[in-house]
Order: sequence, then C-alpha cells, then structure tokens
Amino acid sequence: MDSGLLWHFLFGRFVWGDLPVVKAWQDPTVSNVIAGGAGVIAVLGALSAAALITYLRAWRYLWTEWFTSLDHKKIGIMYICLAIVMMARGVIEAMLMRLQQDLAVNAPGILSPDHFAQFFSTHGTIMIFFVAMPLISGLINFAMPLQIGARDVAFPFLNSVGLWLSIGGAGLVMVSLVIGEFSTGGWSGYPPYTELAFNGGEGPDYWIWALTMSSLSAMLTGINFAVTIYKLRCPGMQWMRLPLFTWTSLCTAILMIFAMPPLTVATLLLAADRYLGMHFFTNDAGGNMMNYVNLFWLFGHPEVYILILPSFGIFSEVVSTFSSKQLYGYTSLVVATMVIAILSFTVWLHHFFTMGQSAAINSFFGIATMLIGIPTGVKIYNWAWTMFRGRVRYTAPMLFTISFMITFVIGGVSGIILATPSLDYMVHNTLFLVAHFHNMLIPGTLYGLMAGCQYWFPKAFGFRLAEKWGRIAVFFWVVGFYCAFMPLYVLGAAGAPRRTVEFTDPTFRPWLFIALCGALLIFAGFASLAMQVWSSYRQRASLTCPVGDPWDGRGLEWSIPAPAPEYNFATIPQVARRDAFYWRKLNDGAYKPADHYRDIEMPKNSACGVLFGLGLAIAFFGLVWHIWWMVAVFGLIAVIAGLARSFMRDLHEIIPAAKIEEEHRDWLAIAGAATAVPRVLEESPINEGLAICPE
Amino acid sequence: MTSFRALRSDFLAYGTGYLLSLALTLGAFSVAYYRLAAPEVSLAVILVLGFVQIIVHMRCFLHLSWQRSAQSDLMLVLFSTLIIALMVGGTLIIFFNLRMRMM
Amino acid sequence: MPRISEPELLHTGLNLDNYPPARLAQVESGVFGFWVFLMSDAVIFALLFGVFGTMIYASVAGAPTPDSEFKISATFRETMALLSSSFTYGLVSLSLKLGARRRWVALWLAVTFLLGAYFLDGEAHDFIDMFHVGAAPEHSGALSAFFVLVGTHGLHVTSGMIWILLMGAQMAIYGLDERVKINFIRLGLFWHFLDVVWVCIFSVVYLRGIVS
Repeated sequence: MDSGLLWHFLFGRFVWGDLPVVKAWQDPTVSNVIAGGAGVIAVLGALSAAALITYLRAWRYLWTEWFTSLDHKKIGIMYICLAIVMMARGVIEAMLMRLQQDLAVNAPGILSPDHFAQFFSTHGTIMIFFVAMPLISGLINFAMPLQIGARDVAFPFLNSVGLWLSIGGAGLVMVSLVIGEFSTGGWSGYPPYTELAFNGGEGPDYWIWALTMSSLSAMLTGINFAVTIYKLRCPGMQWMRLPLFTWTSLCTAILMIFAMPPLTVATLLLAADRYLGMHFFTNDAGGNMMNYVNLFWLFGHPEVYILILPSFGIFSEVVSTFSSKQLYGYTSLVVATMVIAILSFTVWLHHFFTMGQSAAINSFFGIATMLIGIPTGVKIYNWAWTMFRGRVRYTAPMLFTISFMITFVIGGVSGIILATPSLDYMVHNTLFLVAHFHNMLIPGTLYGLMAGCQYWFPKAFGFRLAEKWGRIAVFFWVVGFYCAFMPLYVLGAAGAPRRTVEFTDPTFRPWLFIALCGALLIFAGFASLAMQVWSSYRQRASLTCPVGDPWDGRGLEWSIPAPAPEYNFATIPQVARRDAFYWRKLNDGAYKPADHYRDIEMPKNSACGVLFGLGLAIAFFGLVWHIWWMVAVFGLIAVIAGLARSFMRDLHEIIPAAKIEEEHRDWLAIAGAATAVPRVLEESPINEGLAICPE
Repeated sequence: MTSFRALRSDFLAYGTGYLLSLALTLGAFSVAYYRLAAPEVSLAVILVLGFVQIIVHMRCFLHLSWQRSAQSDLMLVLFSTLIIALMVGGTLIIFFNLRMRMM
Repeated sequence: MPRISEPELLHTGLNLDNYPPARLAQVESGVFGFWVFLMSDAVIFALLFGVFGTMIYASVAGAPTPDSEFKISATFRETMALLSSSFTYGLVSLSLKLGARRRWVALWLAVTFLLGAYFLDGEAHDFIDMFHVGAAPEHSGALSAFFVLVGTHGLHVTSGMIWILLMGAQMAIYGLDERVKINFIRLGLFWHFLDVVWVCIFSVVYLRGIVS
C-alpha cells in the first residue's frame, strides 16, 4: 500500500507540521514559540499529574472511589475540579491577551493575529463551557439533593455520563493545544467565516465537537436536576418551602433543557455544511448565515441565565446565613426567579441588533431586555433588606456577595444601555460589550460560584477553609476586576473594537495598561484561592467540623455530618416549614436519634459512564482529523458502553440498617460532646460544626 | 377498576385514536391530491387537520389528560409548546422581516 | 430504583393502578425523565422546522426544488405505515398490561418493526430517487434543509428500530421484569412521539409542497 495512503488512513489529515512544537521549530516567531511552549506545558502537566498519581499508587483508589462513582456528591466535586483546572488555563489566556493588547499599540505585540484569534476563542469557550458550566453542574449536584432531603439525583448513571462528557469535551480543547490549532472564530463561531471556504482546517471542528460534548452533558444534567427536584423531594418539602438555591437550580435546569437544543442544531448544521457539503450557512447556493446567528443566540441568551441563576441562589443562601437572618421576601424571590427564566426566552435578538432587522423588531426585543432588569432588581433589594438589621459576619462568601451586589448593578446598568438599540449600534462589538458581559459574569456568576464552593466546602470535606487567604482572594478579585474591566468601558465608548490584536490610537495605552494590571491581580486572586485550599488542608485538624453545621445554617444540608455520608440522611427527613432545620435547632429538635433505621439501597459504581464519555471524545477527535476508523471504533465503543447499562441487572448495593444506626449514633455522640459555638467564634478552632442559635 | 374494564378502555383509546388519525390523514391527503381548494386555503386546512391529529395522538396514544396522574406530563408539554412557539414564532417573524428588508 | 424481586408493573401509558406509592414514585420519575428528554428533542425538531421554513424557498438554478420532487402516493403509504405502527405499538403496551405474555408482546413488536422497516425503506427509496435527479442536499440550501429535517426524523426512526431489537433481546434474556417494562414504556413514548413529528412533516413539508 502506498505509504501516503496508509498515513492518510491511519492519521486522517494530520501532518507533522500540525504540531505547534514543530511549527515553532520551523518558524520561531515569538507567537509560535508561545504556542509551542503552551503545548509542551500541557503535555508536561498531564504527565506530571499521571506520574504523581502513579507515585502515590492512587490509580485504583481514584478509579473505584471517584471516577466510576455514581454518588452525586463525588460527581459534583469532580465537576468542580475539572472547572478549576480549566480555569487556570482560561485566566492565563486572559493575561496573555491583556499583555498583547497593552503592548500592541502601533506595534505588533507578541501574538500573531491568528494566534490571538485562537486565544479569544479558547478563552470564551473554556470559561463558559468548561469552567462556569461544570462549576454550576458541580455545585448543584453537590448541594441540591441535600437541600431537598434526597439520597441522590433521579438518574445517577446519567449524572456520571454527563460528567464524563464534560471531561471529554474539555479534553478535546486541551488536546487542541498540543495537536493542531483551535478555531479562530470566537466562542460564537459565526459562519460563513467558520465554513469550509474560509476555514477548512481543524480549528472550527475542534470547537464544534467540544461544544457538542458540553451541550449534551448540560442537557442530560438539566433533565436530571429537573426530575430530581420535581419528584424526589422529601415528605413535607412543598414548593414554597424549598431553599432558594433549589428554586434557582430548578429554573436553571429548565433553561438547560430548552436552551441546549438550539445550540445542538446550530453546531450540527454547521458540521453538516463542513462535513457533508451542505448549504445551511454558506455564502452561496441558498445558505443564510442569519439562521446560524438566530439559532446560536436562541441558545446564547438563556445560556447566560443558566450561568447567573445558580449564583443568585447561592447569594440568597449566603446572605441569609451570614446576616443571621431569614431571607427577606422569599415569595418575591421565587417569582422573580421564574420571571427571569421565562423572559430569558424572549430577548435573544438583542445579541444581534445590528444585523438588519427593522426598528420595530429591535424595539420589541430591547424593551423585553429591559424588563428582565426588574426581577433582578427585586432580588437585589431583597438581599439588601435581608442584611438590614441582621448581624452580618464578613466571611469570604459574604464579602463576595456584598461586592457582587454593588459591582453587578453597574454591569446591569451598562446592560440597559446596550438594550437600547440605537445606543447598541454605537458600542456593539466594542470593548464596552466585553466589559459589560464580564461585569455580569465575574461578579455575578464567578463570585457566586466561588462563594458557594467556600460555603459548602466543609460539608464536602469535613473541614472549613481558612478565612485569611479567602479574604485575600476577595481583595485581589475585587480590585483586579475593577482595574481590568472598568477601563474597557471607557475604551469601548471611545471606539475600541473587541477581538482586536493591535490598536492604533495611543490614548488607549494608559487604559490598556490598567487593564493588564487588573488581569494580573485577578490571577493573584485565583492563586490565592488555590493557596487557601492548600493552607486549609495543611491545618485541617484545627479547622475540622464533623458535626456539620459550621455556619449555623438553615437548610437540611447542615443537619447531616461533615463530610456527608454516602447515603446523605440516615433517615429521610420530614419537614413542616421553611428553614426546617433552623427551627428544629431553636426548638431542641435537632441531633436526635431516629425511631427506626432501615436498609438503604445505593447505586453501585459503573465504568460505563467513563467509557461513554471518553470513547465519544476520542471519536470526536477522529472526526476533527478525518480519521474515520477512529470515529467508527470509538463511536461504537461509546454507544455500546451507554447501551450496556440497560442490559445490566445487579446495580445496587444494600447498606444495612445496623451500620447506618451505628454511624448515626457515633455522629450524635460527637455532636453531644462538641462545644456549641456562638457566631462570633465561628472562625476559631473551637468550631466543630455545632452552632448555638441566637435567642 | 377490574383488569378487563381497564383493558377495554385502553384498547378503545388506541382504537379511537387510530381511526381518528386515519380519517384526519385521509382528509389532509385528499385535499392535496384532489385539489379541493385554492393553495392557501388548502394549506390552512392541512395544517389545521395536522394540528388536530397531534392532539389526538397526545390524548389517545400518549395518554395525556387533565387527570392527576398525567398532570405533570401535560404541564410539561404545554410549557414546551410555549417555548417552541416563542422560538419558532420569533424566528419566522424575524426572518420575514429580514426578507422584506432585503427586497 | 427497580429490583427484580419487586411486583411487576401493571400498567400501560402512565396509569398505575394498585401499585405501592414508593415504587410508583420511582417509576414515575423514570418515565417523566424520558418525557423531559422527548421535549428537548421536540425543540430540536421545531427548530429544524423553523430552519426549513426560512430556507425552503432558497433554491438555486441548476438544482431541483424539494417541492418538485415530492410524490404523494409514496408519502401516503409511508404515513399509513408509521401511523399503523403507532397503533400496533399500542397493542404491545396492552399486551404488557394483559398478563404480560411474552409471545403477544413479541408478535406486536415484530409487526411494529416490519411497519417501521416499510416506512424507512420507502423513505430511502424516495431519497435515492431524488439524488438521481440531482436533488441532493449539497446542491442548495432548500435541499439541505429538507434532507436534514426529514433525515433527522428518519435517523430517529432507525434508532427506534434498533431499540425495538434491543427490547426483543432484553425480553428474551430477562423476561418482562420491571426494568424491561419501564424501557418498553419509554420506547412507546418515543415511537408515538415520532409519529407526531411525522404528522408535522407530512403536513408542513410534503403536502404544503404538493399544494403550492
């Protein structure tokens, strides 16, 4: 067989020159060396991680205790770990982009235009699909079943499948750093630029399949969460007794279910154009790029509400707990959440005001967009009123929340500006827009998710996080955010376009410099959080809180040990009111043994989810490089792994009642022996997780 | 409910659904085949018959009803219909507008 | 979560009589979850219809329009086959309820499969005939929209057929235990849903094209 044909069969359209390292060797520009270096770092990082695990002989442990687990808590933690790893790359990319723009005022800078385009494409794709979405899936996975008194989510196997689909998609994006190039079409991937005629290479294909994996994961996860909340609430947990985080999780899940299909359609139709020569979005033969734009933003707008609603729920929990006060205006918060969820399907055109519709249509969507500001405002007022006359404790989650309340409103106001079509014509696709959406995503989504991680960390691992580094992190994030993004409002209003590799106006320079400093401060914030985890782990003995209620919380999740047992609750709780656990603490009804313990049936581990997700990722890698045998083989493996589950029968294990009773009584003994701690001493080592309720 | 009565009511549901759907299908195809009306009117009739047939399918084959046991499914379908109407309706309005402005 | 030792399911559709509340809740969530998935699938189809609606008139010189190639008799035969297969699947569900005799279930399942095969065969022939006259998806936007919409439905029917075969295998291996029955219910929802989508397709795609 001709060696060229054999190569083509085995490796598709890959050639050695596609490796960034080879490219850097052949043409050592600064940009290429950075690209090559990044690939090398990624490979070294993966190898070091593998080496460390091998050294610690932890492969078996990781496989049996974590990777194949169907426990929602473990799956949640793994999602968050994925997000943190990907966030490191996203933040580094942000710093390099800021550096490039600061250097490249009437100068070429350090990144070539194509490379810079890959940067903003991966940055957006990673941050949305592989940082924010996994953080959200992770936190909801961890906390929501605990809040509703359930033992697990409705479909534990589907949960594992969703996790490994996400990991697979992230893997594709990481592999694009080492083999080939990523898309240069932005995280939105508009055709005809991303069509074969203009970008026939592997870039847009990496993007399409990574997104497909992420959106599939989100769809399945959304179904799981919605059915769990709908059907698995404990007795007495009526709708208007649900914690706010569960309400926002429900609305998020509904949005996931209905917003992912448009993305699936958009990306698969683009794939049809690219792989099958069809004409959905091409320049010729009847293609219409507006169809893509319309479909993408039918997804894109509800997506940003998916990103923000869980954080709103976390802020409700945090504000109530750390103001030592019941959440103000529960009903209006619930109604506001539902209104936001519904309205989010009526505003998508505001992402393309400038693309040719009449003023009447633009106005309709502009007004609808402004309307969403109202329920959001209601929420801000409710949180502020919750703090009013409460006894506020300034822990890191609370500091994130307060800074969110101020900073997010600024972003909301800039959103109202953008919602006005005539103003949007001035600032569309400028740095003003970039400032606006980061203003919503960082103080909104990210602060909330980071606060949530810190808030529920003790429940997951049995020890609190040390406050010192947490507060340092908040400082860096807040100052860093203002420095990095407020200048972008000025620059955008002055006309600086987004996604631009080089500027020509020297008056931009000071603002770009401040923005660069902001990016560095944000990186310091990210590093401080890592430091916080490391330092807390080192002093975990003094931070331990086995009784499980370090913050004097109100929800059911605080009524179980920390770390939470596999089966969550020794007996399924019965609730009679909102904040039932808090009321029980007040009335001396908490920490009581149960009348009757029963056997608990929990799902066994399963490798099928891992095989499905990773198999599909490899199949999609084959699609990117046109390695058809890889697509067939691994696609088949994935499908068989997924279907095999329905042929399996021995899927559960029983935890005997005697064991549960023993564990429960041991925990009650620890609670009995622990010192109850008033809020003022909550950060001291005496806090073992037993709270005294204020009189 | 005895097993036989339950069985009979289920069978009637499927049977009625099938016969109604047959009739609605025949009606729609006849309008097209025999050119029973002008194109726009025909199209409207076909769409209406199709819509009715969907309801018949939902009621008879998918067992949607206002009963308590089927309520969550019915609410789900109605909500989905709302979302679909917003998405598809909005899409068609926008594209009609874009087409007009391109002429 | 279902266990083999539990009493067998005694229902069709979603009506559950004489069933312990705890099991009821678990079965309900298992079936409800599939309903939710079907709704997300419905949104995908709805958007493909939307794309079709905006592109059907985007034909080009040199390629036939989709409308010109539709044949009403073929469409009618395929419609009858799919509709009848929905009815015969109803008989599968009834057989499950009536003492759950494997033989009857297998019989009606086989009839459903054959009707589905007839549908797919007809559709495949229609597509091939269209390719022969140059009406292939890569020739115009309108054709792309047609083939992806109807083709996606066809792929779903194909998946349903594979699912029928898998259910036959599961029934042979495990009999009609609870998990098999829940999967039969889900397959039923899927199959009926596909006929609902076909009603939209023959109305909006084929008959509209024929009367215009």
